[in-house]
Amino acid sequence: MKADAIVIGGGMVGAALAYGLRRQGLDTLMLDEGDVAFRAARGNFGLVWVQSKGFDCPEYAAWTRRSADLWPDFSDEIEELTGTGLQHQRPGGLHVCLSGAEFEDRTRQMRDLSERSGGAFRYEMLERRALDNLVPGLGPDVVGGSYSPLDGHANPLYLLRGLHAGFRALGGRVRLDARVTAIRRTGATYRLETGTGKLEAPKLVIAAGLGTKPLAAMLGMTAPIDPVRGQILVTERARPFLGMPLTWVRQTGEGSIMIGESREEVGFDDGTRWQVQARIADRARRIFPFLERARIVRTWGALRPYTPDGLPIYDRPPDGADAVVASCHSGVTLAAVHAGVLAPAIAEGRLPDDVGGLGTGRFHVH
Amino acid sequence: MFTEIATDPGAPTVTIVFEGREIATRAGATVAAALLAAGELHFRDTPVGAERRGPYCLMGVCFDCLVEIDGEPNRQACMATVRDGMRVERQRGAAGIGP
Ligand SMILES: Cc1cc2nc3c(=O)[nH]c(=O)nc-3n(C[C@H](O)[C@H](O)[C@H](O)COP(=O)(O)OP(=O)(O)OC[C@H]3O[C@@H](n4cnc5c(N)ncnc54)[C@H](O)[C@@H]3O)c2cc1C
Ligand code: FES
Repeated sequence: MKADAIVIGGGMVGAALAYGLRRQGLDTLMLDEGDVAFRAARGNFGLVWVQSKGFDCPEYAAWTRRSADLWPDFSDEIEELTGTGLQHQRPGGLHVCLSGAEFEDRTRQMRDLSERSGGAFRYEMLERRALDNLVPGLGPDVVGGSYSPLDGHANPLYLLRGLHAGFRALGGRVRLDARVTAIRRTGATYRLETGTGKLEAPKLVIAAGLGTKPLAAMLGMTAPIDPVRGQILVTERARPFLGMPLTWVRQTGEGSIMIGESREEVGFDDGTRWQVQARIADRARRIFPFLERARIVRTWGALRPYTPDGLPIYDRPPDGADAVVASCHSGVTLAAVHAGVLAPAIAEGRLPDDVGGLGTGRFHVH
Repeated sequence: MFTEIATDPGAPTVTIVFEGREIATRAGATVAAALLAAGELHFRDTPVGAERRGPYCLMGVCFDCLVEIDGEPNRQACMATVRDGMRVERQRGAAGIGP
């Protein structure tokens, strides 16, 4: 089977790029593994989040802001095209601090982030009293927090469904259970082997989350992407009470309260541990004591595709052929910029200047 | 619609109250079994679409059997055992768990 472009991966990054490429008119084929895959796209928290991104990397911070700004139109576009509403809202977001020391650290981080962005990153540090005007029911341990009007959230499962449906509505082709096992290039053509047959295209995008590392190696590229597990707790549905998302707590469009998050390096194990969940629940209870009365109805673990410096990877192979490797650990946040900015550049055979510093060269030991 | 199969015919009778209606059942029954045997199928209204729902899995996984028991919202009727004098109400929409 032949196409103008093949995207390996139908998760958050792959689906956004495939959608964006098809929108540029390319005959695009999106490949995804079967249900054996580790899919961060199906286990994440749903924040479209700016205020914790790129403390040490202004380029990543700007890229994130750009995506958050594109999200409202992007969300409308998917809804109009597919009828799937993404429940995107941008009421701003809050990061609460549970001690004076946390508040001081946060104050410094936010100031640096804003200075390095030339003021484009907007935020306010709020004392406890001001926080009470924004969200009700805070516990006595909350001393203050940072608020940014740039933050928001969405339903990540509707996002994934909407991207797939939008891609198909525009005439994109999808192959599921198509795990890519080998990539070869002859002249200007990439030839892929999958469990379900051979495929070829002059343009290749590798956006396979935790499957990216070995695929990138087939193009002679080093993409050190390894799993970092996060665990999430979900409560029964409650009447709407929380008007904006917090870093660790958000109320969904249906009323469930999602509570995250955690970081564990445990390899390819997406299980759960009660010790970690107890810590997550305890922090949530200190923020909102009434959550003690809420029943947890689901919990899960999921694996983030993570790089050693926590920054995304966007790069092209050293041989100059028309391929791109794309991976990040905030695929919900970046979905809008991936579909609207990265994909059109890839369609033209290049990467946007905005992400020039996010190549794999940074991992090479000199 | 449902017929009670008495696995323990000697079990004492217990009375619960559902939406003001007294329902006689046997000790050891789940709230869901007692209500279904009494012909009650409408246990809750969904939080978003306000649709009527009742038990589906009867084994604690679907959360379609939610009721309010003695003032406590969102209890799974299929996972709760009856007690004499227990007051059960429909779960109407989402619980007011907030502040
Ligand atoms: C607990 C948790 C919370 C998170 N919270 C947020 C959040 O609040 N906001 C946010 O922006 N991000 C969040 N994320 C991150 C976000 O989910 C990821 O950044 C995003 O899913 C990464 O997208 P991806 O396409 O690279 O990987 P995935 O979404 O995992 O998709 C990769 C896909 O590639 C396919 N694949 C792999 N190997 C192959 C192969 N050889 N051949 C064919 N297909 C292959 C797989 O089938 C899979 O579907 C969170 C992640 C976790 C785990
Ligand atoms: S009937 Fe499914 S949880 Fe009770």
